[in-house]
Amino acid sequence: MTNGTNKLALIASKGTLDWAYPPFILATAAAAMGWQVGIFFTFYGLPLLKKDLSLTVSPLGNPAMPMKMPFGPAGFQNVNWPIPNVLMAGIPGFENVATSLMKKTFANKGVATIGELRDAAIEQDVRLIGCQMTMDVFGFDKEDFIEQAEIGGAATFLEFASDANVSLFI
Amino acid sequence: MGIPSKKLDCSGMMCPMPVVKTAKALKEMVIGEILEMISTDPGAMPDMKAWANQTKHELLAAEAEGGKFRFVIKKTH
Repeated sequence: MTNGTNKLALIASKGTLDWAYPPFILATAAAAMGWQVGIFFTFYGLPLLKKDLSLTVSPLGNPAMPMKMPFGPAGFQNVNWPIPNVLMAGIPGFENVATSLMKKTFANKGVATIGELRDAAIEQDVRLIGCQMTMDVFGFDKEDFIEQAEIGGAATFLEFASDANVSLFI
Repeated sequence: MGIPSKKLDCSGMMCPMPVVKTAKALKEMVIGEILEMISTDPGAMPDMKAWANQTKHELLAAEAEGGKFRFVIKKTH
């Protein structure tokens, strides 16, 4: 008997490479446990449903981001480089550097890519709801998104979430 | 304890892939069959126990041996 009573309702509101992980990790883990899962992608989370995933991460405004190198000897990799946030965030191109460092580190550690997690979520029948209002405001077309994305609004999500055991805004 | 009819190697994969791959592998098996899953993710030990509690599949073994974690799961439904 699968656990048909548990239900997870997530709102994914952030579309950077780092914040793309929590909704997809929780969704795929819950689905693996037999839960019914839905994610509402709104505002900056909506691009996570685009066919072309080109996610980036910036140290700007995030002084908690560890700055480590994904290559070299273990002792070197463990150094947390004390670069002031205002400096990192201000250097042109640093966003690209931070993005490639994070992707490399995640790959080294065996963390799945967002594309892989999203494919797993689709395979597990996770409901992926894109926010209609965000589409209109930011000028996206339905064709920009993967075919498994359904389009809806706040009421669509709330109806799904109304009997969810766990609801999280990410 | 029965003999695993399927083996799944999740070495090198981090959360949540061991539970995701395990659930997928079990879907393709029949009730009563036994799956052996190997993981190198230390988080797999608490996670597989939680996963088994939730799914009601039977966790016949969960053991650590030399940096690897071995789980034996019986498909119950």
